[in-house]
Amino acid sequence: MAAYLARRLILSALILLGVSLITFFLLFVLPADPVRQIAGRSATPQTVENIRTQLGLDQPFLVQYTRYLGGLLQGDMGRSYLQKTEVSSLIAARMPATLLLMAGAITCELILGIGMGVAAALMRGRLGDQALMMTSFVTVSAPQFVVSLLMLYVFAVQLNWFPIGGYGTFAHLVLPAVTLGLLGSGWYARMVRSSMIDVLRADYIRTARAKGLPRLRIVLRHAMPNAVLPVIAMIGIDIGMFMGGIVVVESVFGWPGIGQLAWQAIQRIDIPIIMGVTLVSACAIVLGNLLADLIAPLVDPRIKLR
Amino acid sequence: MKRLLASTALMMTLALPATAQDYTPDPNAKSGGTITVTYKDDVATLDPAIGYDWQNWSMIKSLFDSLMDYVPGTTTLRPGLAESYTLSEDGLTYTFALRAGVKFHNGREMTAEDVKYSLDRVTTPATQSPGAGFFASIAGYDQMTDGTATSLDGVKVIDPLTVAITLSRPDATFLHVMALNFSSVVPSEGVDAAAGNFGQMPVGTGAFKLAEWTTGQRVVFEKNADYWRPGVPYLDGVTFEVGQEPIVALLRLQSGEVDVPGDGIPPAKFQEVMADPAQAARVVIGGQLHTGYITLNVTLPPFDKVEVRRAVNMAINKDRIVQLINGRAVPATQPLPPSMPGYTADYPGYPFDVEGAKKLLADAGLPDGFETELYVMNTDPNPRIAQAIQQDLAAIGVKVTLQSLAQANVIEAGGAGTAPMIWSGGMAWIADFPDPSNFYGPILGCAGAVEGGWNWSKYCNADLDAEATKADSMADPAMMADRMAMWSDVYTKVMEDAPWVPVFNELRYSMKSERMGGADALFVDPVSIPVNYDYVFVTK
Repeated sequence: MAAYLARRLILSALILLGVSLITFFLLFVLPADPVRQIAGRSATPQTVENIRTQLGLDQPFLVQYTRYLGGLLQGDMGRSYLQKTEVSSLIAARMPATLLLMAGAITCELILGIGMGVAAALMRGRLGDQALMMTSFVTVSAPQFVVSLLMLYVFAVQLNWFPIGGYGTFAHLVLPAVTLGLLGSGWYARMVRSSMIDVLRADYIRTARAKGLPRLRIVLRHAMPNAVLPVIAMIGIDIGMFMGGIVVVESVFGWPGIGQLAWQAIQRIDIPIIMGVTLVSACAIVLGNLLADLIAPLVDPRIKLR
Repeated sequence: MKRLLASTALMMTLALPATAQDYTPDPNAKSGGTITVTYKDDVATLDPAIGYDWQNWSMIKSLFDSLMDYVPGTTTLRPGLAESYTLSEDGLTYTFALRAGVKFHNGREMTAEDVKYSLDRVTTPATQSPGAGFFASIAGYDQMTDGTATSLDGVKVIDPLTVAITLSRPDATFLHVMALNFSSVVPSEGVDAAAGNFGQMPVGTGAFKLAEWTTGQRVVFEKNADYWRPGVPYLDGVTFEVGQEPIVALLRLQSGEVDVPGDGIPPAKFQEVMADPAQAARVVIGGQLHTGYITLNVTLPPFDKVEVRRAVNMAINKDRIVQLINGRAVPATQPLPPSMPGYTADYPGYPFDVEGAKKLLADAGLPDGFETELYVMNTDPNPRIAQAIQQDLAAIGVKVTLQSLAQANVIEAGGAGTAPMIWSGGMAWIADFPDPSNFYGPILGCAGAVEGGWNWSKYCNADLDAEATKADSMADPAMMADRMAMWSDVYTKVMEDAPWVPVFNELRYSMKSERMGGADALFVDPVSIPVNYDYVFVTK
């Protein structure tokens, strides 16, 4: 176990190194100059060159990258080119909202997705199954912007049940979390349905049924734990996705998550912020997957970590 | 442009109160209450040396003051922290007498040392101010830029309430520069205490002070009770909520939660709002110091032929493009917008004349047209406008390929001079200050026609540059009319060479809640966009 963990952590570090190298390189070759964004349109060539030298952007790629990496290893993510604020504090300020929305959204996804998936599996081939699978198809394909606005318009503006966007109380969380839950539940529903169908076909379920166990107990106690196994892996991926930010939903609901920070930084080529957000979300994906792999044997003792 | 103060002598004094041209307070104005303003983008910084955004420009104006200022709702200069000034006979030294008893938000009195410190700070390369270039006419600027000086030689403290600024060349726009946010007076101890985060902990002398800033959520201003201008601000506070879609801001405005949607009326809702009399009554329409244009790169054939550039000018159906953006603009005839001093009202521009355009192309030896590329920023409505341009040019045989790219990439291509044509939408020039020179130097003059410059036509006419320099050296306010006539002439000659197709001048449509009070001009203030927070008030 310890050896496994050590190996995985080393691998994770290598992955992050690779991500940082590739992202840094892509930003380096981008046909747009961050210095011009900083210098403004009234800048003289001399001013532009001054800023380029100050930021070290006149250096060759490897020098720039090594400098960045050196800072990173000392916990310094640099300062935003345009805001002049430390990137770490910008990201930290957005972390609570990002984590809260992630938790809320994944909870909604799980409730809706597992519920729909199990129900569809039990009604396999019948009208209910088809209706649920159609629903999951629609939610997965629905455009985020439209669904978010629709939810906001119906439940906040018309029915007045929730505030019209913002952050702070539980009521503020409900609509964005439910919207994301709804949009993401389709993936879970389809996965749970197919694994549930496999499990329900298994011999031990037939045995349980033959023993005369109540149907509810068979589904909840015997079938569910095995059927939700792939879901755990999927949560790991989801965590990374949410940590990268959900720009559209965040901006419709005025949610101060990391997505808005990333989006604005990309538009302004604010490289330190883009790097910071990319690395934080890459970290989350790597750790999320690691966590999912570590949890799997707890749910299914047959899985051994080697 | 009204003159700052009538004076025939070159040596002049600005007496205070500058009665005739100053602002008359609204008799209905009431003190008290707070308003909520929304923005989609987060506020990047409130440091006046750094902030250069759509949303923080007017916020900084309310937190800080400069030596000069504008009469609210107009483009007329008035004194700010300076009570008066004199200009030396050679037109090079401005001596400002500062107002006594003006206090920073930290309670300390503002002095001439602070003015000097602030100008040194904005021009020192370490600050990386996007506005440093505006101060190029101050003596010693070059030494600051190349790092051989740490203080501007031309800025001298005479006594605690007098500061003299000497220029290296006469600059008629200098008082406008002294009214820019970049010239805001900041206290050195406030900058030092913030340890690199002055943009998050601003300290100024303005009508409001920063009360709260929660990153990504809101910025709250509270009234500066000690503000040196009597009677203002009326509001007790302003709350800026960020990260909100314009369409959501509109919904919240309709339900009474928002007073001013900072990003305006979203295009998708525009017709609905204007068709509803109740909502349309709360929309204020005003001009804007903006021109949307197509640049024609005069260094790339066939745009090196003036006939071709004139033909393109005649081929564009500007009325149709204005329709595309719901009529939120007026067709343009020249580089300057109509609300800019120096605009030539009787200049007709190129007519929309397809046959005439074809004839010009034939004269240029291109009867069958040619193929070229149009660069355009990839956010709505710009690609749609580019398609309209494409169709118009197809009618005269010019086949245009669209290059729809992110803003930074278009700017890069424009600066590098590799783009034959660029539609300026989304990146267009909005004047920094209401003076015609601001539309020339960087975007039409030789100085901007360099690698990385903003003159995307790479148009460089030495005669016009000389005329422009001459006009800008006429610093005597008594010569203002002559100066404007010269500028009018410069832009008319630019149009003869046709490096641009001026397409339209955007109008501003500001929306406000029912309870907002204050003259309409305050809601379309040409300088404080979107709203002059110091002078608006609430009625309930």
